[in-house]
Parts: sequence; structure tokens; C-alpha cells
Amino acid sequence: MKSAVVVFPGINRERDMARALKLISGREPSMVWHADTALPPATDLVVIPGGFSYGDYLRCGAIAARAPIMDAVRAHAAGGALVLGVCNGFQILCEAGLLPGVLMRNQALKFISRDLFLRVERSDSPFTRGYNAGQVIRVPVAHGEGNYVADAETLARLEDDGRVLFRYAAPDGSLDPAWNLNGASNAIAGIVNAGGNVLGMMPHPENHVEPEMGCTDGRGLFAGLVEALDRAA
Amino acid sequence: MKARVTVTLKSGILDPQGKAIEGALRLLGIEGIASVRQGKVFDIEIADGDRAGVETALKKAAEKLLANTVIENYRVEVLP
Amino acid sequence: MLYRVTPMTRNEPPITPQLVAEHGLKPDEYERIIKLIGREPSFTELGIFSAMWNEHCSYKSSKVHLRTLPTQAPWVIQGPGENAGVVDIGDGLAVVFKMESHNHPSFIEPYQGAATGVGGILRDVFTMGARPIACLDALSFGDPAHPRTRHLVSGVVAGVGGYGNSFGVPTVGGQLRFHARYDGNCLVNAMAVGIAAADKIFYAKATGVGMPIVYLGSKTGRDGIHGASMASAEFDDDSEAKRPTVQVGDPFSEKLLLEACLEIMAKDCVIAIQDMGAAGLTCSAVEMGAKGDLGVDLNLDAVPCREVGMSAYEMMLSESQERMLMVLRPEKEAEAEAIFRKWGLDFAVVGFTTPSQRFVVRHGGQVMADLPIKELGDEAPVYRRPFVDSAKQPVIAPGAVPPPISNAEALRTLIGTPELCARRWVWEQYDHVILGNTVQRPGGDAAVVRVLDGPKALALTADVTPRYCEADPFEGGKQAVAEAWRNITAVGGRPLAVTDNLNFGNPERPEIMGQLVGCIRGIGEACRALEFPVVSGNVSLYNETNGRAILPTPTIGAVGLLDDFMRSATLAFKAGDEAILLIGETQGWLGQSLYLRDLCGREEGAPPPVDLDTERRNGDFARILIHENIATAVHDVSDGGLLVAIAEMAMASGIGAVLTAVSADIPSHAFWFGEDQARYVATVHSGAVDAIIARAGIAGVPVRRIGTTGGEALTVPGEQPLSVEELRARFEAWLPQYMAGTLVDP
Repeated sequence: MKSAVVVFPGINRERDMARALKLISGREPSMVWHADTALPPATDLVVIPGGFSYGDYLRCGAIAARAPIMDAVRAHAAGGALVLGVCNGFQILCEAGLLPGVLMRNQALKFISRDLFLRVERSDSPFTRGYNAGQVIRVPVAHGEGNYVADAETLARLEDDGRVLFRYAAPDGSLDPAWNLNGASNAIAGIVNAGGNVLGMMPHPENHVEPEMGCTDGRGLFAGLVEALDRAA
Repeated sequence: MKARVTVTLKSGILDPQGKAIEGALRLLGIEGIASVRQGKVFDIEIADGDRAGVETALKKAAEKLLANTVIENYRVEVLP
Repeated sequence: MLYRVTPMTRNEPPITPQLVAEHGLKPDEYERIIKLIGREPSFTELGIFSAMWNEHCSYKSSKVHLRTLPTQAPWVIQGPGENAGVVDIGDGLAVVFKMESHNHPSFIEPYQGAATGVGGILRDVFTMGARPIACLDALSFGDPAHPRTRHLVSGVVAGVGGYGNSFGVPTVGGQLRFHARYDGNCLVNAMAVGIAAADKIFYAKATGVGMPIVYLGSKTGRDGIHGASMASAEFDDDSEAKRPTVQVGDPFSEKLLLEACLEIMAKDCVIAIQDMGAAGLTCSAVEMGAKGDLGVDLNLDAVPCREVGMSAYEMMLSESQERMLMVLRPEKEAEAEAIFRKWGLDFAVVGFTTPSQRFVVRHGGQVMADLPIKELGDEAPVYRRPFVDSAKQPVIAPGAVPPPISNAEALRTLIGTPELCARRWVWEQYDHVILGNTVQRPGGDAAVVRVLDGPKALALTADVTPRYCEADPFEGGKQAVAEAWRNITAVGGRPLAVTDNLNFGNPERPEIMGQLVGCIRGIGEACRALEFPVVSGNVSLYNETNGRAILPTPTIGAVGLLDDFMRSATLAFKAGDEAILLIGETQGWLGQSLYLRDLCGREEGAPPPVDLDTERRNGDFARILIHENIATAVHDVSDGGLLVAIAEMAMASGIGAVLTAVSADIPSHAFWFGEDQARYVATVHSGAVDAIIARAGIAGVPVRRIGTTGGEALTVPGEQPLSVEELRARFEAWLPQYMAGTLVDP
């Protein structure tokens, strides 16, 4: 799997992401600067990592979404190739119009840094084939604005089309408002675009990939992508 | 009655947001912008009261909550 | 002297005694200036002197005492005097760290004050060539019932998180306390830790004549003018009026500055580098020149300014954040500039080094200042301020404290108090997992952070017990160091070195000076005995309001090394049916204990004494149990005593315990809640107990079995079992409820 990690000024989880990609795909990702206008040739997966691009000033992801590299990311996505946005990356993909909706301030108006539980809603997506549908995984979140909001029509469409891949859940997988800490609509933690090739998610699977660090629940996402690309090849 | 409270940074106080937005506008090729400073606008519906009383109340609201008077100025407008 | 220009001071106010006083300079200090330069200073020069000679920059009250601290060890690469301390951790790597206070600014504007405190300490670390890997924050606030406390907690915590989260460094530990003595002065002590190549450390010392001095980072505004002087003044009722000096932090620019600095350092462009912290351009330029025995010629017309019409005085004293000064290799200037431009940061050559040892400042075609550069620092006044030792408090015998309630009830109450309750509300607002190296998250004895890809890791902590320091500064100073050493030991770390952040009241009062002197003596004694040198630090004095000083608070930040983080310990019980061992001796010391204070309403007595030989013996033994993977859980015993420590181990795991120990010699409440030092609780497989006790006997370490893990309740001998779940609910309740304003009686 040949991956490219897009780096905007103020992004700060690019090293975490690069480490996870290398560990699981066995291949060092290319780091692509925001001012570039093209992705490295034959890129399979574009990743927009977490952080505070442009300090989250104006709106989260707003300024990054308009950076020169984003046209190349849009073209990559339009061709059906894979794009993953995590945390600030999710916010950027929403601002760039690649995903519907918006991430608002957390319900309690405070930054949240802790492990949460995600229920994997389906396993037939390239992003989730490393998991079983209904499986519960433990992954950290670290965000102040992760409360997913979209209009009723958009939410209905996302649900009808099965585009919600991850939902905040209790450890047993049941949906419980007490475990939907940021207050996201329908407890949405991650969604894909209509083509199923662009995923945005708030939690950080890249921080849970090493057994010696205590949890490997995030591995499935990357391992699944590697497998999906191998099969396609 | 409607009112609007505008909160802006005091001049001389660093505005990291404004600075970043200014840079982004330049990157987008929008010309002729010398500088950007950002602020907040609060549109407020007034339940009742006379104009002077409303202004006093809103000034109090701005002092106590809407503005951080350590670094921000505010302006109260009661709209017709 | 090569040349001597009398500065022209057109458009500057004349120097009057009142102006001198407003600059925080005493009349005799002003006389000293005149003697030193042989004339009256210009206005800009007066500003420069006030910045260099205030307490914050000159350490004039503490210097003679700080010199007594041990700062050397074979593993120390750089001790105090640079931006941060540097310690060798092997494999060609070094850990760079320092703690610094931002107390006064945080009291005035809590969010920005705390944020810029974090920003400043991060800059100190990456200025030396290190990439920051962790932050810690030790916070002290007033009585929870004080009307301003909640606002300060909320703002400071948000500010610490807001800056660290955005910059991208995990905040992994710290302290939070409440006490009425901080009502008018909160404390925000921020510590940053970074990793650098041991042979690629960057210093402030300039070398070479005619080298370009480059200004980097954000533009200069009128922020924080006289911030350093503010940090050296007592508060009074007019302090609100001092607000305009507060600076605003920009973590986004700082992150860019980090990346740009590390990039140009990797390309070997840098001769010397100094961050612009307190007293900005003045302190940084003077230090770079003075350390290299060189003069500095600054041209302020080249300084990037955010506002129009800034005067030389304002530029020299501005404390705008996210700025650096560097001496570059001339042949690398273009390369360095390109890197800074790429990151969107300002880059300007603002001066050059000279052979004259003079500090010359030019602006608008005029010489605004022309001062002897070394004397600006070296000739700052040094005071041997008079001090009186604090009166010794009586030792309170265990039998002299009648228990007001049962031990079980006492535990239930204590773990729900502001002092002992869970800090989750705080650290869940700090991103503590970013960078993917946090092995032990907040809530344990020390944080453990992996170094690069491991297996090495650092153990990090910040600790002090101010009520002990108040009761006995010397023992309190010792205890702060011992406690930090113990925290590191309890996770399996080998303690390496400390950074001290000394927060005290007005040193012009002999009793406050006595506290400072006593604590420094205690810190020195403990650091020597434990081979735990002080490699960096900061002093914050005048923390008092209307004549009422804070509790003496010498916060000790400490770093330890784990060779393999897989051989570390956490405090949570791991399984049922394991033996619970107590390492160390218990005499039932209730003086200054939380039991005595929070249950009996008596804040009194001598604090527990610290025997440093015992400390070391017991700690070394606990560490061996961890390294040999014999101990399954370890927790050091501190605030609240033994039963509180055991309850914390139970609550962290959900596993209960049946305690069996009784002490024939001392009352049971003194046994369970006494705060005797040098103690650890460890769990081991039941079958291993006899061998461990035999081994401990040989090592001269008292070890006894005090119970067995298991079940869902904690049972104190002869009392009703306590549900661990219910204890945890109480433990977790107070802080969120207090912050939400839903407590009836905080």
C-alpha cells in the first residue's frame, strides 16, 4: 500500500499516523506539503491526519480545505481512490465538501481526551474489512469539536445508504447517550462518502496499533486497507 | 426590540486568528487586503424594556460575560 | 573600551525618581546604575536595566542560596543557566527539561496566562534542539469556596490544554491543589520535556565577531510590556488595573516555530539561539552576547512589528510570544531564511555581534542605548536578605489524635475531598496520548513516556507538599524531592535529575526569606543524598496579596529513566488472591496529615521527617521488585496515608482487598492514615511472599504482608466492607460537580 500523508501547517498527529502506516503496511508513507499541487505518483491512500491546521482558526479545517493540495485530493477521491481523514482530517474533508455535515463543538464545550468505544457498523467497506460488523473497538479521542451535525435529510441519507461506519457505543456495543460524549448526531463517529472511498472519523485508530502500548484495536482499519488494496491489485 | 453586541480585540492585542485568516486570503489570491482582525457578533432579542435600560443591561452583559475586557472591546447597538 | 556614545534621547521622557520607582528599581539600585555607566541612563536604558535587574531575571534574592544546590553528576550534560537542563540517557540521546511558573499572568487572565506559560516552557526546550515529548502542570488554587477559584481553575485548565493540545505535545501529569492561602495568588507551574541528540544541543552563547543576529517567529507588539516586572511585584487591590500587560498565546505559530527551528538546526545553520521570553529582546540579546564575551549591536528599524510607531523602549521590553533570536552561520543565512519563509514566519537580520562587549541599540538613526553588556547581567544586585527560620512545630503523638469516625468512614470521606479526589476532570481536557508514546497516562505515580520507538522510556512527575513546607521548610524541601524520587521509583524508573520551581511570598520579609532558605537547604540535602541533581529551575517570589503569602511551594519536577518500559509498574491491582505488601516502616505520623486537617480540622504539628538513607534503601528495593517482574502493582504512599494508597490501587482496577494488618503499638487510625515517608505498597503472587520478606531482611528494608487482593470490596480489619465501586463514585464525584457548580457546599 502506497500512502501519502498530507501535512498542513498546524497538523500535529502526522508522525503518529506515519508510524502506524509504516508499522502495518510495511512501507513508509510520503509526507506531502500543503502547498504542493500533486500527490506522489501511484498513491493508493491519501491520509489527512489530526491536529490543529492553521490553529483551528476561523473554523476547524476551513483554511486547510482551501489549500493548493486539496484539488489533487479531490481528484484522487473523484477517481474512486481511498482517502482517510482523522480528527482534524475529518473536519477538513467536511469543509472541503468531500463529506457532508460539520463537526461542532463538543456538547459539554470542553476538549475530550480519553479512550472511547466504537461499534463497527459494517465490515464490507475497505476501511472496516479488518473488523466484524457489530464488533466494539477501543480507540482514543482527542478533540474539542467532534460533535457531528448534519440536517435531517442528510442524516437520513447517511443511515439509509449505510454510510455510518463507526458509532460511539457503550463497551458492550449498545448505544447509550452517556457514551456519546461529544453529542454527535446518531452517535456518529465516522462516515463515508457516497462512493464509499472517503472516510472521515474523529477517533484516532493510529494511536492504538502497538501491543506493547496496551491496545491494538486500531490496527484493523489499516490492516483492512492493506488487504483491500492487495486484493484490488 | 433587537440588539447587536460586537466584540473585537483591543488594538495592540495579538490576534492569531486574524493573522491566519489574513494569510489564507492572500494564498487564495484575494488582493488588496492589508490586515484582518476577527471578532464576534451577538444578535440578541430583547423581551421588553426601554431603550436606555436595554443599553445598560447589554453593557452589563458585555462586561460580565460576552467580552473578556482584559483583551477585548465591545460595542452595543440597539436596532430599530 | 573601543567607543563610547552617549545615547541621544530625543522624544524620551526625563528620568525622575518616580519613573525609577515605577520600573521597580530601588534608589540604591538606581545609584548602582549611575556608578556602573558613569551617567544617567536614557529612558530605554532604564527599561533595559529594570528588565535585567528585576527578581525574575536576576534571581537577586535567591542567587546566593541557589548556588548551594547540587547541579553535577556524570549524566548531567548541562545544568542551570541555560534555557533548560540537559541529561544524558544513553544511546546518543539526551533529555532536555525545565519547569517555569506563570503565576501572576494566570491570575490576571487565566486562559492566556496559562497558555503562554506552556508556550514559554516549550520554547525553552526546543530552543536547545530538543523535540518536546511531554508537558506536566502543577497548579495551586485558592479555597474552593472563594468566589474566584472556579473561574481560575476553569480558565487555567482550558489554557494549558488549549496550548498543549494545539501545539501537539501530550500533557501527561502534574498536580492540582486547593488551599485558602492561594486565594489571591494561584500558581501555574508548567514543565516541558524534550528529546535531543546528545551531541546536537544548542546553547545561547554567541561566538564570532560580525555574525548576523536574526529575529525569528512572530511579530513584535506591545504585549506584556513589563511582564517580567509584574512577575516580581506583589499584588494589591489595584492589580486588576495591571491587566493590559497580558500576552496572547498563539500555539499555531509556536508549532511552526518548532518545526522551522528543528529544521534549520538539522542543517547546521545555528551558532547560538535564545528564546525571547521574559523581557524579550533585551534578555535574549544580552545573554547571547554576554555568554560569548561579545558585544551586540541591534538595529530596531529591522525588527518586524505588528503595530505602527513602536518606540525603542517598547520593542526592547515587549513580551510578544513565539519569537526567537539566533546567531546564524553567515554562509547559511539564505538557506535558513528559505526555511522560515516556507513555514510562514518572520525572519529579519536585526544586528550583529561586536568585539566591544557593549550592548548598543539603534532606532531611527539614533543610539537609544549603549551599555556594558556583561555588567547588565553580572553586576545585577545580589542580596543576602535577612531571614528567620520558621518556628519548629510540636510533634503530635499518634495517641494524641482521637479518631472522630471509623477508619472505613474516614477513607470514604477523605477520597472525596478536594485534596484527594480524582483529577480526571483536568487531564481529560489535555491530549495525553498524542505522539503515540504515552505508556502510563495521568492518574498514576508518574507518567511513563516512551523514547522514540523504545524500549527506553522516561518517568515524569511534578510534586511538592506545601503544608509540610509551611510547617518545616527544611523537612518540606527534603520531602518534595523525596516524593518526586519515590514517584519515579514506583513506576520502575531510575531517578535522574530535577527541575525546581520555587514559589514563595515576599522575600523582603525575613520569615518568607526563611522559608525560601529552609526549603532550598532541604532540597539540596535530599538531592545530594539521592544523587538527584538540580539541572534547571525558576524562582517566583512576591506571591502574596495584601501581605498574605502563599504556602511555600517549591515544586519539584523530576525525570527518571526506564531501560525497558515493559519492566515498569502501574498502581492498579492486577488480579485477586495476590499478597499486598507494605515496604517501609509505619509509626503513625499524623502531624500535618490530611486526616488531621480534613477530618479533625487541625492543620498543625511537625510534618513527617524524611530519612534519606531509608528513602533510598526502600526505593531501591521496590525498584528491584519491578525490574525483576516480581511486583504486579506498585504505589507510593503519600497524601492520606496507607489506606488511601490501597484504595487508589483498588479503584484503579475495580478489584477489592481484605486487609489483615493490625499494629499493636499504635492506634489503628494512625496506622492507616499516618503519612510516614519512604513507603510503598506492592502486590505480588502469594507464593513469593516469604522469599521477598527474607530478601528484604537482608537489604535492611522492613516489608510486611498487610492483606490480600480480591472481591469487589475493601475491608479494613474489624470494620464493614466498602464497595470499591461506591468508593470510586465518590472519588470521581467532587471535581466535576464543583466545576459544574452543582455542589451545595464546596
